[in-house]
Amino acid sequence: MNAVIIVFPGTNRERDMAIALERASGRKPTMLFHRADSLPAGTDLVVLPGGFSHGDYLRCGAMAAQSPIMQAVKDFAARGGHVLGVCNGFQILTETGLLPGALLRNATLRFLSMDCHMRVERAGTPFTANWRQGDVFRAPMAHGDGNYFCDEETLARLNGENLVAFRYATPDGAITPAANRNGARDNIAGILSPNLRICGLMPHPEDLVDPLMGGEDGLPMFTSLVESLATA
Amino acid sequence: MKAFVTVMPKAGVLDPQGKAIGHALSSLGFEGVADVRTGKVIELDLAETDPAKARAAAEEMARKLLANSVIESFKVEVV
Repeated sequence: MNAVIIVFPGTNRERDMAIALERASGRKPTMLFHRADSLPAGTDLVVLPGGFSHGDYLRCGAMAAQSPIMQAVKDFAARGGHVLGVCNGFQILTETGLLPGALLRNATLRFLSMDCHMRVERAGTPFTANWRQGDVFRAPMAHGDGNYFCDEETLARLNGENLVAFRYATPDGAITPAANRNGARDNIAGILSPNLRICGLMPHPEDLVDPLMGGEDGLPMFTSLVESLATA
Repeated sequence: MKAFVTVMPKAGVLDPQGKAIGHALSSLGFEGVADVRTGKVIELDLAETDPAKARAAAEEMARKLLANSVIESFKVEVV
């Protein structure tokens, strides 16, 4: 799997992402600075990692969405390419319009830096193939603007077309307001594009991929991608 | 000339900052504040001297970058 990680000024989780991708695929991903205007030939997966691109000025991800490389990422997605956005990467995906909705300030106004649990709402996608429907896994989160918002029509479509990938849940899998620390609509932690090839989520599965990190809860996302893209 | 772009959260979009300010005003003893919404004002210093063209340019900037139409509305004032 040839993965490309896009690095913007202020991105700071690209090395975590590289560790997770290399652990799952055995191959080092390519780091690409946002000034580039094309992706390397043979790119299988584009990853927009976490951080604070352009200082989160104006809105999180708003400046990054206008970066030269993002036109190439949009073209790649339009050709059916796989794109993963985590945290700030998810914010960038919504700002570019590759995924619907927006990420608002956390309802509590607090920056949340803690572990959360997510329930897998849509197994069998390139991002979730190695989980079963309803599996619950732990992931760290670290964000000030993770409160997923979309209008009623979009919410109905996401739910109706089964495009919610993950919801915030209790460790035993209950979808409760208390588990929804940032106030996201319908406990939405991550969503998918209609072709199931673009996924954005706020928590960081890449930070739990090795027993040395305290667990491997996040590893199935990366092994899923490796296996799905190997057979694609 | 200058254009002031005011960007506000749309009705129905949670504005926790506005809520927090409302609570603070209430605890300071200010009464009768039914609701508080927060937004931002972006001041543009434009080379354009025609007000209509300046407004059109500022609106295009707002649509493309300054406001996110999913969650925000904007208005432009040219002076």
